[in-house]
Amino acid sequence: MSETTTRTAAALVLEDGRVFRGEAFGATGATFGEVVFCTAMTGYQETLTDPSYHRQIVVATAPQIGNTGWNDEDDESARVWVSGYVVRDPARIPSNWRATRSLDDELVAQGVVGISGVDTRSLTRHLRERGAMRAGVFSGDALVTPEAMVARVLESPQMLGAELASEVSTKQTYVVPADGERRFRVAALDLGIKSNTPRMLAARGIETHVLPATSSLDDLLAVEADGVFLSNGPGDPATTDHAVALTRGVLERRIPLFGICFGNQILGRALGLGTYKLRYGHRGINIPVIDVATRAVAITAQNHGFALEGEPGKDFDSPFGRATVSHYCPNDGCVEGVRALEVPAFSVQYHPEAAAGPHDAANLFDQFVTLMEGK
Amino acid sequence: MPKRDDIKHVLVIGSGPIVIGQACEFDYSGTQACRVLREEGLRVSLVNSNPATIMTDPEFADATYIEPITPDFVEKVIAAERPDAILATLGGQTALNTAVALHERGVLQKYGVELIGADIDAIQRGEDRQKFKDIVADIGGETPRSRVCHSMDEIRETVAELGLPVVIRPSFTMGGLGSGMAYTHEQLERLASTGLAESPVTEVLIEESVLGWKEYELELMRDKRDNVVVICSIENIDPMGVHTGDSVTVAPAMTLTDREYQHMRDVGIDVLRAVGVDTGGCNIQFAIHPQTGRMVVIEMNPRVSRSSALASKATGFPIAKIAAKLAIGYTLDEIRNDITGETPASFEPTLDYVVVKVPRFAFEKFPGADPTLTTTMKSVGEAMSIGRNFVEALGKALRSMETKAGGFWTTADPAVVTLESTLEALRFGHDGRLYTLERALRMGATVQQAHDASGIDPWFIDQIASLVQLRGEIENAPVLDEPLLRRAKRSGLSDRQVAALRPELAGEDGVRSLRHRLGVRPVYKTVDTCAAEFAAKTPYHYSAYELDPEAETEITPQRERPKVLILGSGPNRIGQGIEFDYSCVHAAMALRAAGYETVMVNCNPETVSTDYDTSDRLYFEPLTFEDVLEVVHAEQTSGTVAGVIVQLGGQTPLGLARRLAEVGVPIVGTPPEAIHLAEDRGAFGEVLTGAGLPAPKYGTATSFVGAKRIADEIGYPVLVRPSYVLGGRGMEIVYDEATLAGYIERATEVSPEHPVLVDRFLDDAIEIDVDALCDGTEVYLGGVMEHIEEAGIHSGDSSCALPPITLGRTDLEAVRRSTEAIAFGIGVRGLLNVQYALKDDVLYVLEANPRASRTVPFVSKATAAPLAKAAARIMLGATIADLRGEGLLPATGDGAELPAGAPVAVKEAVLPFHRFRTPEGQGVDSLLGPEMKSTGEVMGIDASFGKAFAKSQTASYGSLPTSGRVFVSVANRDKRAMVFPVKRLADLGFEVLATSGTAEVLRRNGIPCTVVRKHFEGDDNIVDLIRDGGVEMVINTPYGNHGPRVDGYEIRTAAVSRDIPCVTTIQGAAAAVHGIEALIRDDIGVQPLQALQEALRADWAARS
Repeated sequence: MSETTTRTAAALVLEDGRVFRGEAFGATGATFGEVVFCTAMTGYQETLTDPSYHRQIVVATAPQIGNTGWNDEDDESARVWVSGYVVRDPARIPSNWRATRSLDDELVAQGVVGISGVDTRSLTRHLRERGAMRAGVFSGDALVTPEAMVARVLESPQMLGAELASEVSTKQTYVVPADGERRFRVAALDLGIKSNTPRMLAARGIETHVLPATSSLDDLLAVEADGVFLSNGPGDPATTDHAVALTRGVLERRIPLFGICFGNQILGRALGLGTYKLRYGHRGINIPVIDVATRAVAITAQNHGFALEGEPGKDFDSPFGRATVSHYCPNDGCVEGVRALEVPAFSVQYHPEAAAGPHDAANLFDQFVTLMEGK
Repeated sequence: MPKRDDIKHVLVIGSGPIVIGQACEFDYSGTQACRVLREEGLRVSLVNSNPATIMTDPEFADATYIEPITPDFVEKVIAAERPDAILATLGGQTALNTAVALHERGVLQKYGVELIGADIDAIQRGEDRQKFKDIVADIGGETPRSRVCHSMDEIRETVAELGLPVVIRPSFTMGGLGSGMAYTHEQLERLASTGLAESPVTEVLIEESVLGWKEYELELMRDKRDNVVVICSIENIDPMGVHTGDSVTVAPAMTLTDREYQHMRDVGIDVLRAVGVDTGGCNIQFAIHPQTGRMVVIEMNPRVSRSSALASKATGFPIAKIAAKLAIGYTLDEIRNDITGETPASFEPTLDYVVVKVPRFAFEKFPGADPTLTTTMKSVGEAMSIGRNFVEALGKALRSMETKAGGFWTTADPAVVTLESTLEALRFGHDGRLYTLERALRMGATVQQAHDASGIDPWFIDQIASLVQLRGEIENAPVLDEPLLRRAKRSGLSDRQVAALRPELAGEDGVRSLRHRLGVRPVYKTVDTCAAEFAAKTPYHYSAYELDPEAETEITPQRERPKVLILGSGPNRIGQGIEFDYSCVHAAMALRAAGYETVMVNCNPETVSTDYDTSDRLYFEPLTFEDVLEVVHAEQTSGTVAGVIVQLGGQTPLGLARRLAEVGVPIVGTPPEAIHLAEDRGAFGEVLTGAGLPAPKYGTATSFVGAKRIADEIGYPVLVRPSYVLGGRGMEIVYDEATLAGYIERATEVSPEHPVLVDRFLDDAIEIDVDALCDGTEVYLGGVMEHIEEAGIHSGDSSCALPPITLGRTDLEAVRRSTEAIAFGIGVRGLLNVQYALKDDVLYVLEANPRASRTVPFVSKATAAPLAKAAARIMLGATIADLRGEGLLPATGDGAELPAGAPVAVKEAVLPFHRFRTPEGQGVDSLLGPEMKSTGEVMGIDASFGKAFAKSQTASYGSLPTSGRVFVSVANRDKRAMVFPVKRLADLGFEVLATSGTAEVLRRNGIPCTVVRKHFEGDDNIVDLIRDGGVEMVINTPYGNHGPRVDGYEIRTAAVSRDIPCVTTIQGAAAAVHGIEALIRDDIGVQPLQALQEALRADWAARS
């Protein structure tokens, strides 16, 4: 949109002291978060509105961003959640028949501070070697000396140990009706749920009751659901004692349970597995996952900085009987799914609801239906 | 699921000669396949008639058959080799069609051979348009509304329903041959009838027009466990209506949201599964309505394609290599991604850069051809570039073209154009459409106006508008400071472009000095399939400019081995094709083996040279002075550059030699001054005079009067051409003064700066082509080739035989003495090509080129001596004696002294005439002359000339006839020479047809013949007869190039459109007779190159 050539300087400052210079993009000011890179080439609107990116500064490795503008249909939640956005070449105009405004306009409107013109590849290589870390984006008056900016970054909170689900969760329960006749009712614990998840459930005749992250087991049971769903969400899974306790309650009652992403880590913890922080995480929509049982490969959308401990294909004992590591990522052997063998519960580390990303894993929702049918 | 153990021996079918729509991308894919299959321990047999391919090098297969890719010959290969399986999905449409034909003839069943990759049903489901449409409908997708038709009546009925315009697509043709868009009923009649004729099954699809819709392609791969991945999305900047091969394309897709992209991916995967390509790659095209988003599937190729080569280079994911592994049973997750070395191939590449491909056209070679771009592919090559954003990649791609314009603003704007006329021009696809778009924007067109006119997505238009804006900033800035220069470079502008805007900087060199002074230099990034998520093991680099002066460059230091840079040949074009890539690849192989670190620089995505496996390092960069110089700098910074090789990539790198040497770049091999000696007429004349070698008389003229005086002095016919010549461009043979006047009139650029050369033309001379090596003390004659057509036909277009068929020992001695004198006289270190004309026992020197020639691969294969490898070694200091000692060259003798039992190899050119039409829809003339027009070549090799020639004709045009009718019409000067070959044809049982004049001569010589009417003599004339299929072969020699030749033109175009042999020289007719005799005897067999070369080496050894 900007026909003018006024350029406002900006800087991305990492906690290790590295500074990447660029130009202000979106809102001007200062913002802080954990800087992570996402390798998706499409779907920035979905990415930016994904609550799992709360308190993170996202680096787009794809250089041309904003080409399709912003529309009223592709948001994955009610707002942009990223704390900052780092791109190389933002579009000057949006071009898409569904676009109603530009990405730049939307970021300004939502007060999201971004930076463009950055050598995002150098930055990505740096993060790959050094790991995700705290950072700040500074522009306008906030752009000061490197030392001062690094000092402010070091004051910002760490991701390790951060409990963030409650910050992104709905405050009140709401219901998403089934498309057509209702076959099942599901209680979904909102730890940062994306809009497409209830849509995928609804398409399978499921009425979804989306509950706040702070809901008690009684709140959950009061829904009288056929199944329980644990959503994705931001933060360190080690801080989720409440959700883990809730999950154990569900498992004890043998209510079918399906978790994704953060939900996978919670089910894993409920089954007794530990979690750890990955160096730079999995964020992209091209990530292979192998189903141990069938050896089939799914190309999946992922967004996780933490992972479950475990060995692919290995069964393990849990408080709820035998369980198995059902899926893994062949890139690095990371655990991508667990399944309880004696209670009806399974989860995956990736996003079967995609948005953004490929639909290869959509059938996991069908598996959830099967699990509920077998009740 | 590991490798299948029931397949031990695979026959790979190649794609044959380079033609429009099927180029060296299939050498790239086939070479990868052969390499992979052998690494897996399988026996590999190969059939491919194209000698200029790496895949037909004897070390790439166990048995290499350089034989015609026809069902008959492939059956002979199957009978000889008895393979377990055939892999036909890597050899383009040629291989696929041959596989279908073998199936239909029961050959596969007879020999128990399995088709791997895609089976017959899948091929037919993918290629049969109606079946394909049904499949798309079954999976819930949409295709344009349409109907398959088999007759003109059906076609008219369908158009009545769909309304005009409609698209006409013949079934089972490649590169969109015969297809087109009809806006009027007249166009419909013409295109549809051609389409029916072009289709081997007389079938065309008449389709709703999706003209102007957004166009996309997906490259997918599937393994036998049904895992599917999308390797790359490609967006065409030119919307629907222009063949994707002729479109400027971008990867990844730029203007799709995730929702739309994933819908496309879902449909693509469903189509692939439903068609049932078991394993391997496929390509699917889509169109999206720009206002509604309605998406339709256009077509799929159930095989590796040109786009998959592009996708492989664009992503670093080697589709053909993986396809070959999948075909023998591996699954994607079992195959390692070479680039990361750790992660598996079961993933989807993600790009942190933008790739742009621009097609290269050759309309100037085909006067009269309609340059409007349509759904029939017309481009002859392409260049790809990689940048960190779209405009950077676009700028690099445009300057990779090696056309007059090297990006916006590098040539003068056309005079007298209005905004209206510029916008009007944008409505139709044409070569340089983006230049037109830029001018329209600069003249004040809005993005919307430009979009309305062109259908190009506004995002792309705005990107070009950003360059127009930047141009204004550069022009108006008081000084060109570092930040602005950096932005200019980051937007892909070359020094030359910046220089055009800032005249005070004293040209490109001035801009470069300023840029270096300001520290504005490119960094080099890496193509790694994963946007830097994992470390890359392969040094596959491209340049980029970042705003940050401290930006990171990814070139790793390497100081142990000396580096050699090999400059490739850029986009394929007529006159500079795959043969040069072959030589570059050979240099890389030879020098790597000799302990050098090899560094390839090239921008042609179709080639083997740009495979990251070929050299130690690959720079995917334009071959301009600026870009090459920066690569040299980067490599000098990372280690020691022993030298840069410029003589293997054709004219492109050779043209850079002088400037590179001037700035201190070490050029190895023949020094630039020596190159100049050969290229400068005067200097070369002195070399010849000094050695006592005759050359045809010549003179230089700047006007008609001057040209006439020279012609009168040296005598007609004369060969006239512009003084600066590439590939025989603008050359003509002129037989009289009137034609000479016409030539000068047409050659508008004649001036003191641009004189015309007038050479004596040696009528009826034998032309001889020699490829030789020289190390400074010894000359090795690689091969002496005798042209079958007389001098005057460009050597690239004429067929030739090796060893020479009619040259005597004294002739060969003269050739040797002359070649030695020239090689030493010029100071050649490496390869030299000399063209001679032998007339009345005098050997005239026509020209000498101190570089690899087009015939190097052909000669290397025919004589079992790898000339390009030897040349590369010589350039780095080895002597011919060393190489003889190593066994790279024969211990004694050379290619001019082949053993008596050596096989005869015939090279034949393949011409693209049937691709082109005049704007009125007529065919273009197929006449050959001094200007090269062929796109590729084939080789026929056998024990005798007749058999070898027959094979070469079968491989290039389909078989020579063995019975039927031959039409003969020759120029007066050829009437005497025609008698013997035509008599022989009559004796062999052919019915001879002739026009009255020719018939009279034939009858007087006792040859029975039937008189037919000339074209202008009314109905039932010869042209009608040819068009109706009543003639099996045409012998038609023309008189002059622009004389009274209308009848000849009609006859030749009719022959081309019927795909029957059309011989335009008497020498060619004699060769055809030899070939026909061999065919009639029916004793033509097949033999692998390995056996032929082994026998040759044994003979050689026995003699020494």
